[in-house]
Amino acid sequence: MINIILAILSTAGALAILFASIGILRMPDFYLRLSVTVKASSLGVGLLLICAAIMFPDDASVTTKSIAIIFFLFITAPIAAHMIGRAAYFTGIPLWKGTIVDELDGMYNKETHELKSDPKDAIHKSTGKEDDQIAETDEETR
Amino acid sequence: MTLGTYFDFVILPILTISVILVFIRLFRGPAIVDRVIALDLIITIGIGIITVYSIRQNQKVLLDVAIILALIAFLGTIAFSYYIEKQKDD
Repeated sequence: MINIILAILSTAGALAILFASIGILRMPDFYLRLSVTVKASSLGVGLLLICAAIMFPDDASVTTKSIAIIFFLFITAPIAAHMIGRAAYFTGIPLWKGTIVDELDGMYNKETHELKSDPKDAIHKSTGKEDDQIAETDEETR
Repeated sequence: MTLGTYFDFVILPILTISVILVFIRLFRGPAIVDRVIALDLIITIGIGIITVYSIRQNQKVLLDVAIILALIAFLGTIAFSYYIEKQKDD
């Protein structure tokens, strides 16, 4: 019985990690790649660590370490993803060409690195298709 | 089919193929931020591989390495994004 539970958990974890890696290879845009990989890989590694915690039931240290790693991953992965996405937007990585709306457009002050939240405070908002961050072709972001 | 052979012949090959796919993105990646998240994902998959390996070999000590790797991945991504953001300032 416990073997079936372990097999199901580990298969789900490994498949989540596989989908994350297919996503990072196939998604058309840096921001889409980021949003795919962080969530799916956290889920996959979490399931594999739960597997390890079930596998050694008579040892409390393994359970503690597994829970510690899961907790640490779930705390730090969104922070790291947010910081690298913010850095990418500042350095002008283009968005996918099918992007409908770019709500951050003009909201970041590029000198002081401050974020405005009200659309009325937007500074040098892009005027047309030429100077926004949305890519014109697929090859720019691939 | 026992659970051990299932781990050896299904789970570990899936994780290995995942690392290879992410490595293609690390090699190709058009911008430097693509390479940073590919490196982060490779380390995260490495935590999973270490976990499966410690299950198979009955070595509980290997999970300590996984803790350290999680820390290093976080610190590396934070440092990279900090300096990439500073890059165009001057």
